[in-house]
Amino acid sequence: MSRAAGTASEELEAVPVPGSDPSQGFRALFEPRGVAVAGASSHPGKFGFVALHNILRHDFPGPVFAISLSGEEVLGLQALRSADELPDGGADLVVVCTPAAANVELLRACAARGVKAAFVTTAGYGEAGTEGERAEAELKEVAHELGVLLAGPNGQGLISTPASLCAQIVAPYPPPGRIAIVSQSGNFVSSFMNFAIQTGIGVSRAVSAGNASATTVPDYLAYYADDPATAVSLAYVEGLPDGRAFFDRIRPLAARKPIVVLKGGASPGGARAAASHTGALAADDKVFDGACRQAGVIRAATVEEAFEAAATFATQPLPRGPRVVVYTSAGGWGVVTADAISHSSLELLPLPEDLRADLDARLPPRWSRNNPVDLAGGETRDTIPECMELVARHPDVDAVIYLGMGIQSNEARLMPRAPGRPLRRGRGDGVGGDRQARVDRHRAGRYPSRQPGPGHRAGHGPSLLLVRQPRCRRP
Amino acid sequence: MTASRSTTLSEAESKRILAVHGVPVVEEQVASDPGEAARAADGLGYPVVVKLCGPVIAHKTERGLVRLNLRDSSAVRAATEDLLGAAGPEDGDVQVLVSRMVRGVRELIAGAHRDPQFGPVVMVGVGGVLAEALADVAFRLVPLTAVDAAEMIEDLRTARLLGPLRGEPAVDRDRLATVLMALSALMQGDDSVRSVDVNPLIVVDGVPVAVDALVEVEP
Repeated sequence: MSRAAGTASEELEAVPVPGSDPSQGFRALFEPRGVAVAGASSHPGKFGFVALHNILRHDFPGPVFAISLSGEEVLGLQALRSADELPDGGADLVVVCTPAAANVELLRACAARGVKAAFVTTAGYGEAGTEGERAEAELKEVAHELGVLLAGPNGQGLISTPASLCAQIVAPYPPPGRIAIVSQSGNFVSSFMNFAIQTGIGVSRAVSAGNASATTVPDYLAYYADDPATAVSLAYVEGLPDGRAFFDRIRPLAARKPIVVLKGGASPGGARAAASHTGALAADDKVFDGACRQAGVIRAATVEEAFEAAATFATQPLPRGPRVVVYTSAGGWGVVTADAISHSSLELLPLPEDLRADLDARLPPRWSRNNPVDLAGGETRDTIPECMELVARHPDVDAVIYLGMGIQSNEARLMPRAPGRPLRRGRGDGVGGDRQARVDRHRAGRYPSRQPGPGHRAGHGPSLLLVRQPRCRRP
Repeated sequence: MTASRSTTLSEAESKRILAVHGVPVVEEQVASDPGEAARAADGLGYPVVVKLCGPVIAHKTERGLVRLNLRDSSAVRAATEDLLGAAGPEDGDVQVLVSRMVRGVRELIAGAHRDPQFGPVVMVGVGGVLAEALADVAFRLVPLTAVDAAEMIEDLRTARLLGPLRGEPAVDRDRLATVLMALSALMQGDDSVRSVDVNPLIVVDGVPVAVDALVEVEP
């Protein structure tokens, strides 16, 4: 169902729609004042039922309209027989679940009533042969002419947690958070949102780009880059016929906000031009890899890794450098984390003498006296945060990986002064987290200091973040 | 993007273009007969390498068209005679290339080509005859910045090869980065260049030197 991720947008930019600006369309898509569902149905198997049901169920606060030829009552709403019956300016987003043949007329009627964005779930377009391609081209042209932002077609919809909007034909609705998702595969959107539900690390916006005929993956990423509700973008792409245009567009975006990319469909592109060794070695995956590095885009190998990377960026401040202290009350976790660090570009900081002495003064003699700082069961609910503070404040320490798995740390979590709290706080009263967040703010935007939810893999997640941090440009 | 629609330059011409762009190239001379080859070798200093050279000659190693480690002028004469004799009509206009024999335990590969999806790209990797089998390479899109060049070198899985090795000093990464920047500039400055292979790029006293090269151009 996918289509080029970098093709249509340039045209849109080159020929601005008279009297509309693209941000208006995106605002209508993700922060609509009112929503209409075209093709609303009382049949639970129909897209027009599910989309409307989801919008109502997740308490979209603005007006919701059902449009159905039958004029029946759907989910307690009296359906309008036509988009002509929409009140002027009542809905700025329409979720289209009607057959392809009806959609051009529908768009015109909706636009006349003030609709600025349309998500078209309808299939049977470019993915379905020549006839469908023609219909899709017409739909795109009409949307362009009307100044309506066209999302899809052949996509499963979108969600926007700041707007309490669940306008999609599938169920998962994630908790609010700061990850923004765009995918050329609708099902991957669902997978990412299911991870969000499992981990408690939430999502700001998520959209299934469908055929991406008018609004492409880079277009959404451009919106996310300026979206105050979003800290990190997470994209699934496949088949990039113009990989260069894709990277030309997302490179400046990645400099503003982290972008995590998962790519499907590695093709042996370079192997075709085997006249040179270089060409033979240029399987497109390797070139894509290099292009990601060059653009400062974080490439993930799997769906899980992609979500973890995004989750970590959404919840942790960026470290200012590679020198890490592992702080633990569980020896084994400290050891495996140290191993992971040794296979990365991070450094396990040899414990500075003054820090060692400070810790010595507070811990019983059996602690590790080196990095990993293994408290070895000698900790108490008071010394855990105290020592953490000492470590985090030390000027040589760029980042702390805290693996709090001991009995004492669990107990301490229940106490008023929990071990995680000093690091969890925002700027102003925090300790290490405060300093680290401030250091990186200028480079990569602002990061929340929300602690991962209980389902998040505490040891792995932060390590992943540190390993995958965007490159630091050397002078 | 098929091989048949492009032309390769001779090794000598390929290296000349690279040298103009600032790639360190092994000292060498073209010769047309055994006498000229011997005089060239005397001038360069022994040992030398003699290779058959012409615009359509590729796969020299596989065809036995490279004679290594020749220590005196009679060996050079004999090798030249052999190689010119081994050339068939399909090899076109041929000469020999006499170059200093350079030694280094490390062979790298550098190159550039026009990718159908990504446009011009530059590559660096572990070279020599195992280059394609190992496929330890890193790519960047043209134009490269100095940071890109430095980072793609770091991206190699076997970046450890670049440190001090078997009595040889560490690879001068700045010099290697300069080679990559030169390839970027070449691809950017000349649309007719379709691909460049520098293989091997032998590390001599820490400095990468182009020992063989092939530039492919639009016909």
